[in-house]
Amino acid sequence: MQTLASFVVGLVFGLGLLLSRMSDPAKVLGFLDIAGRWDPSLVLVMGGAIAVGFPVFAIAKRRPLSLLGSEMKLPTSRKIDRRLVGGSVLFGIGWGVAGFCPGPGLVALSIGGWKAATFVLAMLAGMGIFEWLQRRSTH
Amino acid sequence: MTIAWNAFTPWTALAGGVLIGLAASAFALLSGRIAGISGILGGLLRPAKGDRAWRIAFVLGLAAAPFAWAIAAPVPIPRIDSNAAGLVAAGLLVGIGTRYGSGCTSGHGVCGLSRLSPRSLVATLAFMGAGFATVLLLRHVFA
Repeated sequence: MQTLASFVVGLVFGLGLLLSRMSDPAKVLGFLDIAGRWDPSLVLVMGGAIAVGFPVFAIAKRRPLSLLGSEMKLPTSRKIDRRLVGGSVLFGIGWGVAGFCPGPGLVALSIGGWKAATFVLAMLAGMGIFEWLQRRSTH
Repeated sequence: MTIAWNAFTPWTALAGGVLIGLAASAFALLSGRIAGISGILGGLLRPAKGDRAWRIAFVLGLAAAPFAWAIAAPVPIPRIDSNAAGLVAAGLLVGIGTRYGSGCTSGHGVCGLSRLSPRSLVATLAFMGAGFATVLLLRHVFA
């Protein structure tokens, strides 16, 4: 059930990215280009998503178990540290270079040719480097 | 700043955002988890702890979206202007950065802001600020 739910959620999420055109790096870069001809669409994507998410997360936060009976795994950390800010800045630079973040990269795999595949492979390599550095620092 | 009115797509942006919000909300209620793509994908690179199936299913769902879309309408083709070197650099930065920062546009931007998480607000401001600065430098300063 969890597996099926995850597939359907991923699918609907991906359809949302396609409908909002956030699967299109040129459109995302149009949002990030505040000094040029600015496309504010991404603000409405976030606004629409948060308008739905805000009340539902408030309900979810108070549940002892998920609707499918699993343990709630919503984050509780409030720590703002160098990892959070530094990592997010690195991510933002990469986002600004190509206009891809993780979700749109995966959605574009079948429609973005070798370029989308190159981005996704490099992203997986980056995540692999993170895991390797993590393991090294804990030994 | 000038607004690109011809490129601005308010209704599809809003409707797409609502779909994304519904997906993230359903996931929080059904699975008790954050629909954060970088965390879901990155978790696959860890030693298996019996939680691989749902991660693979989520990623497959995302990747299958264009096929589902194609049943009803022509799929919007992504316009990717970066060259190979740019895509490799971008991918590495996005991969390492989202894992160190514990999230991306979905986990921090959508789910985190919906939860009013101060961490996610800081992360979102950081990656948006860095994104704005990067495009400013690449398009208007060094171009």
